[in-house]
Amino acid sequence: MGEKIDPNLWSDGATPHLMGGRLPSGQIVFPMPTGDAAEGVEPYKLSRRGKLWSWTQQGFLPKEPYEGPGSGPGEGPPDFQPFLLGYVELPGEVIVESLIVDARLEDLHLGMELEFCIVPFNARYDTFAFRPAAQAESQAA
Amino acid sequence: MSENVYIIGAGIHPFGRTDSRSGREQGVYAVREALADAGLDWPDIECAYGGSAAAGNADIMVNELGLTSLPFTNVANGCATGGSALAASQQAIASGMYDLALAVGFDKHPRGAFNAKPSDYGLPEWYGQTGMMLTTQFFALKIQRYMQLHGISRTTLGRVAEKAFRNGTITPHAWRRSPVDLDTIMNAPMINDPLTKYMFCSPAEGAVALILASEKKMKELGADGVKIRAVSVKTRPPNSFEVFQAGISIEEGGKPTVLASQAAFEKAGIGPEDISVAQLQDTESGAEIMHMAENGFCKDGEQEEWLANGWTEIGGGKLPVNTDGGCLACGEPIGASGLRQVYENVTQLRGRAGERQVPGKVRFGYSHVYGAPGLSGVAILERE
Repeated sequence: MGEKIDPNLWSDGATPHLMGGRLPSGQIVFPMPTGDAAEGVEPYKLSRRGKLWSWTQQGFLPKEPYEGPGSGPGEGPPDFQPFLLGYVELPGEVIVESLIVDARLEDLHLGMELEFCIVPFNARYDTFAFRPAAQAESQAA
Repeated sequence: MSENVYIIGAGIHPFGRTDSRSGREQGVYAVREALADAGLDWPDIECAYGGSAAAGNADIMVNELGLTSLPFTNVANGCATGGSALAASQQAIASGMYDLALAVGFDKHPRGAFNAKPSDYGLPEWYGQTGMMLTTQFFALKIQRYMQLHGISRTTLGRVAEKAFRNGTITPHAWRRSPVDLDTIMNAPMINDPLTKYMFCSPAEGAVALILASEKKMKELGADGVKIRAVSVKTRPPNSFEVFQAGISIEEGGKPTVLASQAAFEKAGIGPEDISVAQLQDTESGAEIMHMAENGFCKDGEQEEWLANGWTEIGGGKLPVNTDGGCLACGEPIGASGLRQVYENVTQLRGRAGERQVPGKVRFGYSHVYGAPGLSGVAILERE
């Protein structure tokens, strides 16, 4: 396990949750606000299950501040692999932007069930992602 | 009381890449073109508003243009820099304080996609580190969902780009002047699915200057003016879905483009059916499609039929859209891009667009710019 890319991004423990915030109005937001904007906002453990709201594939090596594969010293576009990302609707809570793993572009469809997971990101950090829920279940079984 | 305001001079520095000129030098070039067009000299200009996103302050242009002591306000409003400069100069004249004002925008960006700093947008560092802070992704994510919900095909995305490049071939200020066929567009490398390389505009260089006048001044000069019927700039309302958002509300909110469009139509006292030519933000093919509906020109999903039938072509029968090739063919120098749209409408309304002139009576021209972090500017011009 690597270091968390942000110490407050998800909860620790055997079953981690992405951390959002509950505004005084009751609205759930992501990410949890920081600084003065956090006043009156309660940290909120977001649901680990959601539905795919939209998606795309990142086809080229992003510039800074990207720190994933291809961005390291001496690395470049040949070291980069296109990756999937999208928005995941956590029912009744909020729609979060996330990397999507363990799936192929052609498998993605609106409303597909996804599950939260933690994945290695680079030599130093882990980050969060969502993966197809069925696969997550069969792996757990 | 509010005075009528007219655009009496319009100048442009060709968009694309001009290694020999800085962004600001391109701005000075555009100002001189606009002055010549209006038959004015620099000392005639009473106030100025302008800026760039990446090419420095506009007010330094007085070094080249002349030290006339005019008030020159720098505008730094991202993608709305040009639109905000236009709104400010329009207000300066509408208020009755000035009779002649300049709005100018210019830019010069490095090659490749824009890279943004999370802290500049109030976002946590991980959002950039993990590769999710790219404007191109936002556009892909927005159109991907829209296509699923409203039955827009990939071919329609391709047709938007094909039209842009075709219009670019007949536009002297465009960057991309060669046609690109539909197959090439559809089979080009995928940048962010469903958008290929040819469906995205590129950061570029260029400059536009507009000279605005009161009605009294326009008549006094005998200038060829186009009336500004309405200008509206709106930032995002609650629960909207915009570029650079790690979280979106599950409640569907409003859209800045819809708000700016409705406000502009209301101010102008006309509707979408009255517009003869429209320049709509086309950062990529999907944006033009969605903005057709957000600006009220068609219903969600009807774009499929519109593009298949060529209804947005010059002379296509319904509404010519992005007659100069838009951002797709001109590139996107952020500070100048919104004013380019207005320049194109001034040119069309004056009947000076040459090969790309929209046929028939062109009375109302509509322009719409959209940018980070969720703002839209709309201008409606009228040929009286």
